Amino acid sequence: MSRRFFAVFLLVALVLAGVGSYYASSHPDGLEYVAEKTGFLDSAEDSPVADGPFADYQTSGVEDERVGGGLAGVVGVLLVLGIAGGLAWAVRRRTPSAPEAERELEDTNL
Amino acid sequence: MHVPDGFLDAPTSVATGVVAAGAVGLALRKARTELDDRTAPMAGLVAAFIFAAQMINFPVGAGTSGHLLGGALAAVLVGPWTGVLCLSVVLLVQGLFMADGGITALGTNITLMGIVGVGTGWLVFAGLRAVLPKTLASVAPAAAVGALLSVPVAATVFTLLFAVGGQAPVETGTVFTAMVGWHTLIGVGEAVVTALVVGAVVAARPDLVYGARGLLAGRTLEIRKAAA
Repeated sequence: MSRRFFAVFLLVALVLAGVGSYYASSHPDGLEYVAEKTGFLDSAEDSPVADGPFADYQTSGVEDERVGGGLAGVVGVLLVLGIAGGLAWAVRRRTPSAPEAERELEDTNL
Repeated sequence: MHVPDGFLDAPTSVATGVVAAGAVGLALRKARTELDDRTAPMAGLVAAFIFAAQMINFPVGAGTSGHLLGGALAAVLVGPWTGVLCLSVVLLVQGLFMADGGITALGTNITLMGIVGVGTGWLVFAGLRAVLPKTLASVAPAAAVGALLSVPVAATVFTLLFAVGGQAPVETGTVFTAMVGWHTLIGVGEAVVTALVVGAVVAARPDLVYGARGLLAGRTLEIRKAAA
């Protein structure tokens, strides 16, 4: 049954974003580090949404970084799941794939 | 590798925006062949997982860090065209809601991590799959090599874009050496995470792994006689 597998997969993502992210390295990433070292970091501009409610993976109004970061992560995971999953569902093929049809055939034979 | 606004000039950002829009449009049509009732939910989950994993920066040495980009991971699990869509959605949500990666730089980020990351990961994986033994055990290692190479290749393409439209007067060679050097190290992390995740999914549900499709079809039921 796929439902249990999907539930576990989603749980892993939620735990990573909601809890694990607090323990991530806070050093600049490769690009930011290179930009700083080679001297083009100053050309970066603030994002127009830098004051948004979940900017920089924090939640505005939530003081505690662990809670605010976890909340932003969970919101992000659910947003991505909804948009990407919805998009995939909308463009999917409406007939079962060949391997699946074969497997169903095998099941009936057995 | 999220490019903020300002690193690249307007013409370069517009050009990558056009490339990204074209690729997403093409992916929307091509992904149809990769997705059905069973695998469409998988695409949403893979995108959600990549979003989560991108929050987990791991240290790669002197004061810098990296995180999974997820291009090879997405391509192998849900197919390259669906992978482009997954990465594009991740980058869209990050740019719009988390201020991670610029808004005018969204096309650049989709080009680098979506098109180049997914494309390199998939092409290397497909090439290796053609020469490796046709078994499920080949899937995770092939995905790992694709992941390893996808990161420095994306870093190289960033350097090319910077050479064309960089807004600061910095020597291209200097940027290239630093970008590829650090991103090769990050690529090692990318390979490890990709191998672990692909390996786990192949072990649990090989039927949901796009990159393992041909391998399952070739696996037929056989009746074995017990040794007397």
